[in-house]
Amino acid sequence: MENRPLEYDYTVAKMFMFTTIVLGIVGMLIGVILAFQLAFPSVNTILGEGLAEYTNFSRLRPLHTDAVIFGFTLSGIFATWYYVGQRVLKVSMAESGLLMFLGKLHFWLYLIVVAAVVVTLFMGITTSKEYAEFEWPIDIAVVVVWVLWGMGLFGLIGIRREKSLYISIWYYIATFLGIAMLYLFNNMEIPTYFASGGIGSWWHSVSMYAGTNDALVQWWYGHNAVAFGFTVPIVAMIYYFLPKESGQAIYSYKLSLLSFWGLMFVYLWAGGHHLLYSTVPDWMQTMGSIFSVILILPSWGSAINMLLTMKGEWQQVAASPLIKFMILASTFYMFSTLEGPIQAIKSVNAIAHFTDWIVGHVHDGVLGWVGFMIMASLFHMAPRVFKREIYSKSLMATQFWIQTLGVVLYFTSMWIAGITQGMMWRAHDEFGNLAYSFIDTVTVLHPYYTIRGVGGLLYLVGFLMFAYNIYKTMSARPVEESELQNASPMGA
Amino acid sequence: MDIAELQAYGYFALTATLVVVLYGYIYHLYSKKKDADGHDYEDYSNMALKDDITDTPVSAVSDDKEK
Repeated sequence: MENRPLEYDYTVAKMFMFTTIVLGIVGMLIGVILAFQLAFPSVNTILGEGLAEYTNFSRLRPLHTDAVIFGFTLSGIFATWYYVGQRVLKVSMAESGLLMFLGKLHFWLYLIVVAAVVVTLFMGITTSKEYAEFEWPIDIAVVVVWVLWGMGLFGLIGIRREKSLYISIWYYIATFLGIAMLYLFNNMEIPTYFASGGIGSWWHSVSMYAGTNDALVQWWYGHNAVAFGFTVPIVAMIYYFLPKESGQAIYSYKLSLLSFWGLMFVYLWAGGHHLLYSTVPDWMQTMGSIFSVILILPSWGSAINMLLTMKGEWQQVAASPLIKFMILASTFYMFSTLEGPIQAIKSVNAIAHFTDWIVGHVHDGVLGWVGFMIMASLFHMAPRVFKREIYSKSLMATQFWIQTLGVVLYFTSMWIAGITQGMMWRAHDEFGNLAYSFIDTVTVLHPYYTIRGVGGLLYLVGFLMFAYNIYKTMSARPVEESELQNASPMGA
Repeated sequence: MDIAELQAYGYFALTATLVVVLYGYIYHLYSKKKDADGHDYEDYSNMALKDDITDTPVSAVSDDKEK
């Protein structure tokens, strides 16, 4: 056998890069359709009355959320793990046949689960729990996929050459453990067919929790899906990719450790803010608010650490569109982790709850922070896994500005819409009669819903440019090892 | 005292404990500056910057085995 020097093996990383892009397009496209359905209800039946069952808002909505969370984001997390993990542990997947097998199995089973989710959600098979819509057979398959990832993750850590675990690895481990715990507890369900001795469909189930308890577990899960899906693994990415791309050491490694533990302690208790003014005990609501406000500290600890990493090197932000993506991502992280706590304050929540401001908050986080960071990570990885320069720098810069404009249109329109909604719902005359009926708010909000749709469309256009750029990178100019030290090589 | 009140006190005690632990950790990090192996925490940034498979690890697993 040929005796070649040891190299990192990106086979599995490449597979997940592919699903990140494909599922990103699917999820964002459905999102744009939904946005226009809200602005123009006739879009609900865009493919005719006969197919209305499959194209209406309620059937597509979980497909959007699940495609972007469990499709795009999760694939991005896996793709970066199979890249970053090897590098900071200084061990190649090629060194272990077992780990390679587990990695590939992880990918193919993941793909099968994705297919099952798409089919069942289109058929309308759902548990009706937000972000946890999958019925019990799929839940079991999800657990298998997760355990496979965990085996690969801890397996790679087990054969590492670097004794200490880089801060990103801590965050990936937290992602694995956090989601495992959340997913298991929130999806405790009873298959009705088996429990009742044969009544109904075999795949149907009901939650093991009822009423307020169900709501509590659901939002403990729901909010921490944001924590361990949209925050923790994305912080893992930026702690690796920003220093690596800029060639700058993390501003303060100690601060990164501190923010890690701060985030772990605080995030898990903040979910109660989703249930303010509901039937959960009052002290729990108050604690949800307090922990949400405290959450600013560890979040800003990480974000400031990232921005200060660029200290003395700010010209790189102007020169490199890739650094731009990461710095804007970090800025949006600061911004949405300030906005969230503000919304969790009880008096603000009285206006914000159930309005579009919440939707705006989620999207400045996911579009500005999660989306930008995952795309930046893939941009950084592409020249290294394909050994070719990024196809076009100008295309990347154009994409950056189009998407930034999209995000700004999205969240500003939703702020105005949300606060308008909140104020109109509570307006009343001197006798306590409501000043407006619900349809009055709908009429007023129409222009903002249209602007939101346009913002989303711009983001999708930018994402298609990203997909094209990555696709063309596979046939761009080959690069030498020496070109891959820090700043990624880019064509014009 | 009913169960809800007990839970609330428990929650408060847990929060207070976590605050003490976290501030203790800050004090520990910034006063010691180095971990148990004698590595300056800031050196660990090099795990990302020098991450080629041929680069020397910041603290190698093999060093431990030799000891």
